[in-house]
Amino acid sequence: MKVPKPKNMTALAPFLLLLAAVVIYVGVAIATGQTQYLTAENLLGLLGRSIALGITAIGQTFAILIASIDLSVANLISVSAVLASSIMSGDPSMMLPAVAAVLAVGVVVGLINGLVITQFEVNPLIATLGMALILQGLLSATFNNFAGEVPEAFQVFAYGQVGGISISLIFLIGLTIAAWVFLRFTKPGSNIYSVGGNPDAAKLAGMRTTRVVIMAHVICSVCATIAGLYLASRLRSGAPWIGRDGVYDLESIAVVVIGGTALSGGRGGVWGTLMGVMIFSLIDSIFNIAGVDAFAKQILRGVIIVAAVAVYAMRSRRIEA
Amino acid sequence: MMPRLKQMNPVFLVLILLFAAIAILSPYFLQPAGYMNFLKRAAPIAILAVGQLYVINSGGFDLSAGALVTLTVIGSSILLDGDASATWWVIIVMLGAGVIVGVANALVVSWLKVPSIIATLGMMITLSGIALTWSGGAPRGYLPENFRFFGRYLIKDLPLIKILPVAVIVMVVVCAAMWWLMHRTNYGKRLVAMGDNPKAAMLAGVPLTETRIVAFVMSSVSAVIAGILLGGFAGVSTDVGVGLELQAITAAVIGGAQLLGGRGTVGATIAGALVLQAMFTLLNILGFPKPVRDVVQGLILISAVVIAGYRRRRSGG
Repeated sequence: MKVPKPKNMTALAPFLLLLAAVVIYVGVAIATGQTQYLTAENLLGLLGRSIALGITAIGQTFAILIASIDLSVANLISVSAVLASSIMSGDPSMMLPAVAAVLAVGVVVGLINGLVITQFEVNPLIATLGMALILQGLLSATFNNFAGEVPEAFQVFAYGQVGGISISLIFLIGLTIAAWVFLRFTKPGSNIYSVGGNPDAAKLAGMRTTRVVIMAHVICSVCATIAGLYLASRLRSGAPWIGRDGVYDLESIAVVVIGGTALSGGRGGVWGTLMGVMIFSLIDSIFNIAGVDAFAKQILRGVIIVAAVAVYAMRSRRIEA
Repeated sequence: MMPRLKQMNPVFLVLILLFAAIAILSPYFLQPAGYMNFLKRAAPIAILAVGQLYVINSGGFDLSAGALVTLTVIGSSILLDGDASATWWVIIVMLGAGVIVGVANALVVSWLKVPSIIATLGMMITLSGIALTWSGGAPRGYLPENFRFFGRYLIKDLPLIKILPVAVIVMVVVCAAMWWLMHRTNYGKRLVAMGDNPKAAMLAGVPLTETRIVAFVMSSVSAVIAGILLGGFAGVSTDVGVGLELQAITAAVIGGAQLLGGRGTVGATIAGALVLQAMFTLLNILGFPKPVRDVVQGLILISAVVIAGYRRRRSGG
């Protein structure tokens, strides 16, 4: 049997997984006689339910591409949502300062993550786990319930529509295109692949690898804060548990990996991640249509994450941890 | 003498300083009731951390440990429902479940080549799904007194130490067994060799799959034991295990374990667990609200890694 070239597989595998998920979705909908789920509107709505995960996962893709990882995104989402809604307090004139403040927090958190990883040579899992604990602690020491209020004008981010398509969905796709252009056509973008693929070679080639790592972490954290802004807009107020409840740290890693980006860095991209997000929401809808119990859903989810990663891992014969 | 002192793991020094601070602030902890109660509370984390150390030394992570603790507590309480005569077989069933979880984790990593962080993350989600499905989302059932014996019972009227919690005996026995396996057998050497460089270890004849299976089983079984202790003194709840896997990893890292490749010792890991518990106790005495624990845990986690890296570079290791 001929083994397909890894390069082709990387591009193809998430697409095949997505196709399989769509086929199962359609099959289950027809089998249970619920064909109302098969409209184009419904299929678009699938992605619409995972905007926050999608934005976070686009950022996480950058961290994973440089062979790093960010476990602090979930708590950063909570911080961002609570901060935005408390600064706004229902006052539309405070929207701009709130967004600026939240994005600044994202930049600072990303900078600290990147600096701890590069300057102190701390394993990224530990560095961002520590950051996650610090953010969570600071947050729960200050807030224990919904804080502030988002003015109606800001709810447009989550609920507004342009030509029948929700603004948030357009934003997610725009973000994906921007990230793709950045990674594919700019120098800093290609540096990310070089550093992730082989940091020593990149360093010897004269690249400032620490800057690339820090940049990737800043992008990742800023995306998480944008996801927090979206959730604040959607829930009309920020709550200190929304990031944790959504398990955005682990789920964003899972969809990035399912989308074909290697945890060892240097391979993959944002379109795969977007497909990973779609696969996740399709799985969710399949369970909903099939009427699977909410808790049993979680069991199947765990199995599917592992199975999907195994599909990629099987072709790599490297011994990994 | 001086070079010896320099080589000593700083975690022991930190532990002594923390104990001193606690003793000065609250003399209660100098009495047997005080320090024994402290050790009792530290027992589950110490056991979990040493189990986690096996997986860390093998070059991986076990994120499923906390969910397994929850499943142990919830499952035992539903299976037993107050029936004291069933305690022994339920404990055996739970330990058996731990073995199955450990073997499954290891085989997914070894056969399917899934990175351990993803494999055990999937296991974590699956196990908490099982616990929620089984219980219907709220704690059910009831743990009989003889099950809670391990976590709650105190042997009283002893000479010198006066009281001795059974949980502390369990901790000492389990940790001693795991110390022996890690530091006094060929298995321990194979484990560290595999964590250091799996390819070299394989070429040197280390059976990677078998070595990994034992490491993950040690972690899962220690999670079940920690669950039995926690069920004893903390009672039944659906979030009893939440975050424990991170505390276990933190404890191992404080003890100087190097992620993605062996070096950690059982003694230093237990000290790491005690440092973590002492830190929580200290914050409690000082009257800080609970969330501050998280901040402090995060800060010491990062600084432990920074210090370990600095020491390693300086010693040329």
